[in-house]
Amino acid sequence: MIDFVGRKKWFSLISAVVVIVAIISLAVFELQPGIDFTGGTSMTLHFTPQVKQEQLRRELTNLGHPEAIVQKSGEDFLIRLKAISPQERENFTEGLETSLGSDITARDYNTISPSIATETARNAGIAVMIAAVAMLLYIAWAFRRMPNPFRWGICAIIALIHDVLIVTGIFSILGQIANVEINAMFITGLLAVVGYSVNNTVVVFDRIRENMAKGISRDFAVVVNDSLIETVARSLNTSLTTLCVVLALFLFGGATIHLFVSVLLIGLIAGTYSSLFVAGPLLVTWEKREWGQLFSWLPFVKKPA
Amino acid sequence: MRRKTVSLCIFILVLFGFALWSIVPVNAKLLGPNGLRLGLDLKGGSQLLYEADLSKKNPSVTDAEAMSAVIGKIQRRVNEYGVAEPTIQKQGTDRILLQLPGIEDINRAISLIGETGLLYFAEQEFDEYGKPVFDEEGNPVFEDEPAEAVSKDGNAEELTGKYLKRAWRDLGAFNEPIVRFEWDSEGAHLFEQITERNLHKQLAILVDEKVISAPVVQAIIGGSGQIKGNFTLDEAEDLVTQLNSGALDVPLELIDQRDVDASLGADSVRKSILAAEIGLILLLLFMLLYYRLPGLIACISLGIYGVFLLAIFRVFHANLTLTLPGIAAAILSLGMAVDANILIFERLKEELRAGRTLGAAVEAGFNRAWTAIRDSNITTFIACFILFWLGGTFGAFMVRGFALTLFIGVALSMFTAIVITRTFLRLIVSSRLPASLAAYGVKK
Repeated sequence: MIDFVGRKKWFSLISAVVVIVAIISLAVFELQPGIDFTGGTSMTLHFTPQVKQEQLRRELTNLGHPEAIVQKSGEDFLIRLKAISPQERENFTEGLETSLGSDITARDYNTISPSIATETARNAGIAVMIAAVAMLLYIAWAFRRMPNPFRWGICAIIALIHDVLIVTGIFSILGQIANVEINAMFITGLLAVVGYSVNNTVVVFDRIRENMAKGISRDFAVVVNDSLIETVARSLNTSLTTLCVVLALFLFGGATIHLFVSVLLIGLIAGTYSSLFVAGPLLVTWEKREWGQLFSWLPFVKKPA
Repeated sequence: MRRKTVSLCIFILVLFGFALWSIVPVNAKLLGPNGLRLGLDLKGGSQLLYEADLSKKNPSVTDAEAMSAVIGKIQRRVNEYGVAEPTIQKQGTDRILLQLPGIEDINRAISLIGETGLLYFAEQEFDEYGKPVFDEEGNPVFEDEPAEAVSKDGNAEELTGKYLKRAWRDLGAFNEPIVRFEWDSEGAHLFEQITERNLHKQLAILVDEKVISAPVVQAIIGGSGQIKGNFTLDEAEDLVTQLNSGALDVPLELIDQRDVDASLGADSVRKSILAAEIGLILLLLFMLLYYRLPGLIACISLGIYGVFLLAIFRVFHANLTLTLPGIAAAILSLGMAVDANILIFERLKEELRAGRTLGAAVEAGFNRAWTAIRDSNITTFIACFILFWLGGTFGAFMVRGFALTLFIGVALSMFTAIVITRTFLRLIVSSRLPASLAAYGVKK
């Protein structure tokens, strides 16, 4: 069986590397905010007969939209502009149809004013924050009979932040290399991941709580490790079953929710990892004050005897 | 014990029968007009979020009164336009969310619904010598202020659309669409004074500060009038709707618009169903291979779970809308529904390995798994509540759809695992059918 607790320095090394890469990527590339957060207009247009991307781009500039971003999505084009009014939209569509000699069907069309977009971005941040605090309080309450219940909560929240950082970090890289933008559904997926991550951690913690009550060992490290070993089958199986369905959605679910499902997919994997390798070992480290050991891979930390 | 199991079993079967009855035949009934309520992202349509400028309201009414008056008028306009199943909701203090499924000409709907529709008249401007003022292009200039007259109780009142009794569309002398209107008695009283004052002069007819036409007043008229304005049939129709619904009490600004084409929606439905089928098959295979007999029971309770979930959406279709992220949530909650079963089965295996009898192991497995199921799912509920709040702060029906469906799905999954799987397992235990532990995936 895996010695989760004994090898915690290796797991912390893996986590630290991934999280640091994520933070650097977030700091350097940042996330590409979509129109939900900046305001603007996006539309998916279908042309009959088909037109060429360069042609479309040229006509958009001629129509006074040099800021337009054009992406091909299957047979359709995804176009993003600054926010336009319904009247401007009419002129825009008619202008394109005439100059390109092609009929336009708008598969979808979104326009969001900058004022509400700012509000959305703020609320999304608040929502993630409230979620973290609410989870912390809940776990502290659920484990109130344990010594230091807030410690449990904080460890779960660190695992959660670990997962959120990984997901957002990957999306900042994707934003840089593939122009992936985040939208309101990204935040929704992120909050679902938050729920899922803590859900997994709580199952592990629940077993630690039970084994503590049973008194299987005096050594907290042994209790935690045994609990992790006992729950690992459940954690992996649950993640596998959830992964089955999310993967099916990812592969066959269609473009509209692709971004959303990718958030779930990455978050699911990160959440499973963190519930096994981050939350529990962290709890032991805190209990035993072995922070030096946890970070002994760092060159300047004194090696424990 | 046994009696309780049997009665629970009957209860489950009755509930299941009712659920099944509510959704079968699946295609005709479920996706028909009275079946599941599909969100705009699945059936196509438009969602509009308006923000009202409450600083422009009449100071004698409260914000809430002004908003409900506006919503009532929008309701009339939407009904007049003929949208099937529109929803109009107030959001926060100053926002109105409109969902218009299956709408074709969205730009027309936007101008019909969102424009204030205030009708008034403006008199021609005259210089100090009594000569009419013209602009550079030679068009007459009209006063900025709406024309006023003395009301029956002696006050100076502006003549606006609020004194209209009704308006209707008609055809003019050359078969061109015109709008006719009739004043109420106060309106007629005011109109008479204004036409008298402006006899043989031009009088501008304005809607929302835009001059529709400026005919020369030919006679003193009171009770009724007409507007000729080079209308198309639709424009005349929409003006009539606006006049009849009354001018909006505060101006609205469109701050968020999301349109989905019906073909894209249908595409999403098809793809989601495919994804759900594939995911479900993978899931069932995994459960059967890994957990054997309990896995089979879990598959059955998952089937029941699916039927219940559909039935909930069917029975409460007036309040529950199925959106694309909602489908994702349903599929995700399916994965999580398995979780509760897995927690129980892993527990069951442990208890069997520890040498308990099957019956004792089942009970211990459920009892011990319960705290984990409860505590872990509450965290998901917390996430759902926060998402639901977040979704309500802006026009994202998709976010709310996800949160609500995930909540229902997880709650239902707890019920299926705790009640249904348990009852079935107890039934099997008491029937003493499979004695081999291998059937439970335990190696001896």
